[in-house]
Amino acid sequence: MAILIDERSRVLVQGITGREGALHTARMRVAGTAVVAGTSPGKGGQTVEGVPVFDSVRAAVAETGAGVAVLFVPARFARDAMIEAADAGIGLVVCVTEGIPVRDMAEVTAHLARRGTVLVGPNGPGLITPGRCSAGIMPADVFLPGHTGLISRSGTLTYEVVYELTHAGLGQSTCVGMGGDPLHGLGFLECLELYEADAETEAVVLIGEIGGDDEERAAAFVRDHMTKPVVAYVAGFSAPPGKRMGHAGAIVEGSSGTAAEKKAALEAAGIPVAAAPADVVPLLRQRLEGRRT
Amino acid sequence: MDLLEYEGKKLFADAGLPVLASRVAGTAAAAAAAADELGLPVAVKAQAKTGGRGKTGGIRVCRTAAEVTAAATDILGMSIRGHEVRMVLVEQGVEVKRELYLAISSSRALRGPVLIFCREGGIDIEEVARRDPGVLVRTPVDPLLGLCDYQVRDVVAAADLGAAETAAGVPARQALAGVVRALWRLYHDRDATLTEVNPLVLTKQGEVVCLDSKVTIDDNALFRQADLKRDEGEDEREGKARRAGLAFVPLGGDIGVLGNGAGLVMSTIDQIAAAGGHAADFCDIGGGARAEGVAAALELILSARQVSALLVSIFGGITRCDEVARGLVEVLDRSPLGVPVVVRLDGNAAAEGRAVLAQASLEGVVVAPDAAAAVAAVVAAAAAGNGGEA
Repeated sequence: MAILIDERSRVLVQGITGREGALHTARMRVAGTAVVAGTSPGKGGQTVEGVPVFDSVRAAVAETGAGVAVLFVPARFARDAMIEAADAGIGLVVCVTEGIPVRDMAEVTAHLARRGTVLVGPNGPGLITPGRCSAGIMPADVFLPGHTGLISRSGTLTYEVVYELTHAGLGQSTCVGMGGDPLHGLGFLECLELYEADAETEAVVLIGEIGGDDEERAAAFVRDHMTKPVVAYVAGFSAPPGKRMGHAGAIVEGSSGTAAEKKAALEAAGIPVAAAPADVVPLLRQRLEGRRT
Repeated sequence: MDLLEYEGKKLFADAGLPVLASRVAGTAAAAAAAADELGLPVAVKAQAKTGGRGKTGGIRVCRTAAEVTAAATDILGMSIRGHEVRMVLVEQGVEVKRELYLAISSSRALRGPVLIFCREGGIDIEEVARRDPGVLVRTPVDPLLGLCDYQVRDVVAAADLGAAETAAGVPARQALAGVVRALWRLYHDRDATLTEVNPLVLTKQGEVVCLDSKVTIDDNALFRQADLKRDEGEDEREGKARRAGLAFVPLGGDIGVLGNGAGLVMSTIDQIAAAGGHAADFCDIGGGARAEGVAAALELILSARQVSALLVSIFGGITRCDEVARGLVEVLDRSPLGVPVVVRLDGNAAAEGRAVLAQASLEGVVVAPDAAAAVAAVVAAAAAGNGGEA
């Protein structure tokens, strides 16, 4: 089924009556997504884009069987919305919201882990299985159904690399934007594990950036556990230390979290690292051909 | 947002953590008056958001009024690792018996807070972690359970304080346990991502005292920390950018960069560097990219006088390139920039966007066919603008 979402996924939009919520509900439906419900406290009974609105996630799940929640909720209310979704039995929560406090995210990730609920984001574009389901804000037109998996810390870089892949005829199984915050849900490791097990995915593109050591841990995982080819791109080689480069999590602290370190760790694990987004395609081709011969 | 030592110590005092009496001073005369009030000896400490103050002479213990005046005069003129010192903290002296280390920080890998304690303090904790990791107590704090009593006991045991250490009838062990609990409350209640006490000291009189403070508050939580003022950044332009809803970091080169999306802009700057150029800034106008956003971004970028060329790099995901192009035309029509501009548009409605720019045929604006060509063109334009030196 690709990973995490497919045509059988039943999607609920939290904050569906807001401007962003309504806009992206329409876009997700055009992308083939079964958006079955929306929530907005106090607005139960309305419809948005033909989708029924409920007061609570619990009511929406009971009525529609939704299993995936996509949040378009302001940062200060996001903690409660994610916990509400998990407590209502939602299995996959996708949070697009930027600017959620670190303490809230620590509490949410701990609570969702106990519930067994998977979180994608926050501060990311969500995920898409092209032609079948989009849970988030990725521009579906850029994508093409196929067999390359992608996991990324950056939205626009994802679109840029996918644009190149699609033009080269390399379609995608599922693309996941894990988000640009320091504390986030699903990461490289969990996604790589899912791609490795997925029958529809032949190869994986990993897009990293400065800050933290997610890429280093991903490199070790690929070396020890992956049989499928992985290629990477890392942004931020010229970022000065101590400065946040747009994303809350994109910061070189002391001498750690640099792009050069990440590139070295990835290459040491046998993962080729592209010099520019456009160079991902030839590297991936090489790896795929090397595998077939 | 990083706090200065004195700001952190104010939070410490409010949270019931033991700190010494102190005064902030912006002049040598004010420092001398503060010392007179507190009584000698005192420590005169540079207030700067960087480590290494001790090693660079930014902290001096003074036993006479003349020493205080001299120390404050020296320190107030200093620049420590690029941070200009505008204030000193004059703090009561103390007789140190032992130095300890205590911190709580947010761990990405553990997805939550971690408490770190070391029975040696006043040192570079990263170096200790490398040299002898066994001496550190590192214990993750569950975000939902909070700090547990057993974790406090572990710290007190590792500190190895004698039962004889007491001050005013309070055993030092008990005082230390109180400090650990209070630091956790402060970390939690004030939305900190780092609270570090290095050193935490045991005095010859048996008291436990926080001799330094390093506190970072989560910028995203300032809406519920109403008494903490937002840091406007040391660069005035960073504050302006924040108010305009832009992510902006000055970088010091001569090629202005503007794009949509943090990753894309970082990647663009890398490609400029790889082609031998130097970016003047990181500027992310985010999604949407309306004309006002573009205008505000251009004004900020060009206020750095050394900019000799500008690269606008847009990948249209949901954003339509023709809308960005119209925004650019509107801004450039109104006020031409006077430097060459290279535009790269790809993705959603890129062809329409290029057509908008072609039709406007603005002087000095070049539309590049792809990202690589755009980078090459802007680096060449900047080199030409600098009289040919790359």
